[in-house]
Amino acid sequence: MRIIGIDLGTTNSALAVAGDDEPAHALGVNQVVGPGEIAERPTLPSFLLLPTENEVSPAQLQLPWSGPMRYAVGTFARERGAELPHRLVSSAKSWLCNPSIDRTAQVLPFRGAQRELDEAMQGGERVSPVNASARYLAHLRAAWDDAHEDEPASEQEVLVTVPASFDPVARELTVVAAREAGFEKVTLLEEPQAAFYAYLAARGDAWRKDLKPGDIVLVCDVGGGTTDFSLIEVANDGGTLSLERIAVGDHILLGGDNMDLALSAIVQRDLDKQLDPLQQRALVHACRRAKEQLLGDDAPKSVPVAILGRGSKLIGGTIKAEVKRETAEAMLVDGFFPKVGADAKSERRRTAGLREMGLPYAHDPAITRHLAEFIGRFGKMPTAVLFNGGVMKADKLRGRIVELLGTWAGRDVKVLEGADLDLAVALGAAHYGAVRRGKGVRIRGGTARAYYIGIESAMPAIPGFAPPVKALCVAPQGLEEGSTVELPDDELGLVVGETSTFRFFAAATRKEDPAGALIEADAQGMAELDPVEKLVEAEGERKPGDMVPVRLEAHVTEVGTLELWCVARDGHGRWKLEYSVRERE
Amino acid sequence: MHPWLAFVCFFRILFGRKLPEAAVEFLPEGAVAKLLPEKAGGKPEKAPEKPAEKPVEKAPEKPKVPIAQHHREGALALLALLQREGRFVDFVRDSVEGASDADIGAAAREVHRGCRKVLDQHLTFEPVMPGNEEEKVSVPKGFDPAEIRLIGEAKGEAPYRGTLRHHGWRVVDAKLPTLAEGVDRAVIAPAEVELQS
Repeated sequence: MRIIGIDLGTTNSALAVAGDDEPAHALGVNQVVGPGEIAERPTLPSFLLLPTENEVSPAQLQLPWSGPMRYAVGTFARERGAELPHRLVSSAKSWLCNPSIDRTAQVLPFRGAQRELDEAMQGGERVSPVNASARYLAHLRAAWDDAHEDEPASEQEVLVTVPASFDPVARELTVVAAREAGFEKVTLLEEPQAAFYAYLAARGDAWRKDLKPGDIVLVCDVGGGTTDFSLIEVANDGGTLSLERIAVGDHILLGGDNMDLALSAIVQRDLDKQLDPLQQRALVHACRRAKEQLLGDDAPKSVPVAILGRGSKLIGGTIKAEVKRETAEAMLVDGFFPKVGADAKSERRRTAGLREMGLPYAHDPAITRHLAEFIGRFGKMPTAVLFNGGVMKADKLRGRIVELLGTWAGRDVKVLEGADLDLAVALGAAHYGAVRRGKGVRIRGGTARAYYIGIESAMPAIPGFAPPVKALCVAPQGLEEGSTVELPDDELGLVVGETSTFRFFAAATRKEDPAGALIEADAQGMAELDPVEKLVEAEGERKPGDMVPVRLEAHVTEVGTLELWCVARDGHGRWKLEYSVRERE
Repeated sequence: MHPWLAFVCFFRILFGRKLPEAAVEFLPEGAVAKLLPEKAGGKPEKAPEKPAEKPVEKAPEKPKVPIAQHHREGALALLALLQREGRFVDFVRDSVEGASDADIGAAAREVHRGCRKVLDQHLTFEPVMPGNEEEKVSVPKGFDPAEIRLIGEAKGEAPYRGTLRHHGWRVVDAKLPTLAEGVDRAVIAPAEVELQS
C-alpha cells in the first residue's frame, strides 16, 4: 500500500506520494487547462466552475477518465471563472471553517448581499463547502486512478492536510468530503506540521545538526489566501531529539492574493485609462509577477507592466504602466510586514452593526502584528523559522520576518531550508505517512486546543439575564490521536425525545486545564464554537421527557477528529454528540 | 485518443523523430518506410503487419484519416494555445505599419511572455550542438545531416572544422495537452461578447 499526501489548499491543491522504499515526491495533476485541452500541472487550483451549457459546452470540460462534464475544477475553472464570477466557487476551504453559515447547505457560489447575483444564477447549480471540497478531492483521486490503474486510491493510505486552526467541525467536514470523494482510509494532518515533515524529509538525518534541545521552530506559512503559524519545540528525550508542536495560531484570512490586489490598486490609480474587470484581473496577475521580481534578490528599480487591449488589434491598444521597487517595498514589505514591537497586537476594527455575511477576512493586513500577537500569547520566542507558502518565496519578506524575530528575541534566529514552498505540505503529508510506519521522527502534539462543554449553572432565573455558563473541560490540550478521556461523573443529563444542545468552547492557551476542570465560560482565551447536540429517542423503558444521567467521554480518533460521547451512567447506551452546522447568529 | 496521437505525431514529424507505434496504422501504405528514420532498426518491418493482426470487427471504428488531417488538429491546437496565452495570432495579424516602436514593444513584451510560457510549459529544448556560437567547432565523422547543416563546400572526409553559426534546437520533451474529442479546433479563439449588466 502506498501513501498519498494531499494538500487541500485554499487556492491550490497538490498531490504527493511515498511508499515503503519510495521517498516522498510530488505528482502533477491532469486537468482541463483550456476548452477541450487536458494537461498536467504541478498543482490543481482549488476553483470549481458550474457553468450552464450556453456558457461552457460540456464537451470542452471532459477529462481523459470522463465523458462530457457539467462542471470543471482546476486551471480552466479558474481562468474561465474570471469571466463568469457568478458560476465560480473559490476559497471553499475558508467557507468550510466559517461558522456563520450552514456548511453543509448549498450556498456556493456565495450570494451574500448581492441580490443581482441571485438573478444571474437563474437556478444554476449551487454546492455546499463540503461538496466543493469533495469535488477537488474527487478530481485528485480520479487523476491518480487514471495514472495508477492497479493501485486505486481508495486502497491506498491517504493523508489530507488541514490548517492547524481548523476547529473539530471543520476537521470532521474535511473527512466527510474525503469520504464523499471516494477515499476510504483518510488521516488528517496539520499543514504547518506537514511543512515541517517536508523539511525533515528533505534534510534526512542532518536535521539533528540544524536543531538542538531547547530550540523552538516557528513555522510561518503564508499562502494565497490564509496565514497560519505554529511553534514546534525540540527537546531531549532520553538522548535523542524529540519534536513537539506546542502552539497553533488562529485562522487568519490574509495572504498573497491581498497583496497582489493592493499592489494592483496602486498601479491602477496611476493609469489614465479605465480598466474593465478582465483587464483588472490581468493587472493583478501582472502585479503578482512584478511582486516576485521586485521582492527578490537583485531586484530591478522597476518592472514594466503591460495590459493588452481586449480586441483583436493589439498594437497601440496596450496600456503601459510600471511598478517601482520603492512602491512595492512600501506597500508589501512595510504595509503587510511592518516593523512592529514584540508586544504588538493585531488591530480589530469594530464590526458594523449590519455586516454583510461572508468570509471573516482579517481586518489588520499587517502579518507581522498577527505574528507578534501569536508569539506573545505563548510567551516563547522562536529560535528558528521554517517558511512555507508561495508568498514566502520573496527574499525581502523572508528577510523582514527574520529581522523582526531577531529583534524580538534579542538574538539571531536560524532559517531552516525546507522543500519547495508550493509543494511542501503535500510532500510532508506523504512523508508523515511513512513516519507513521516507523520511518523517521514523529512530531508529538495531539489536539491543538482544549475543549469545553458549556454547563448552565443552577440559579434562580432573573429576567433579562442569561444564567451564567460554566465550561467543563472535556478534552485537555495535547490529547494524542487514538486516546480517550473519561470524565468524572457530573450532573449531566440528556432528555429523552428532545434534542439536547450543549454549548461548545475551545481555548488555545489553557494548557493547564485538566479534564474535568470547571471554569468560567468567558475566562481568558476561551472561544465559542458551534454547539454539539444529541437526540435520544424514546425506547424501551425510556419515555419522552425522562432525563438520562450521563457521563462524558472525549475520544481523539486515529483519523484526527474529536468525538464526544455521552455514556449512560446506568450502562444502557452510548451516544455520540453531533456537531451542529446550522447557521449561528 | 486520436487527436492526442495526432499531436504527438505532428511534433515528432515536425522535429524529425520516430513516430509512435500506435500511429503507424494510420499511415497510407508505403509511407511507413519513408517516414521512419533508418535508426529505428527492426521496427519498420514489423509495423506494416500490425493491421492484419487486428480483429476485423474493430476496423470500422478507426477509419483511415489522411495524415494531413492529424497535422491540422495538432497545429490548430498549438495555435489556440499561443493565441490564448500570448495573443500570438492577434499580434502577427495586426499591422505594424505606421505603429511606433514603443507601441509595438509594449505589446510584444506581453506577447513574448505568454508565448514563452506556452513553450516553457509544454516543450523542453536543448541546443543540437553544444558549444558557443561564433566559435570553432568540429563536425564528427558519421554526423547526421538532418542535425547539422553544413554551409559551404565540405572538402574530403569528416571531421570538418568550421564556425558554429546557430546551435540549433532540439525538442527533447514534448508534454502537449491531450485534446478532447468533439471540440472544433478551427475556432482558435472564440468571439467574446460582454453582456450588459
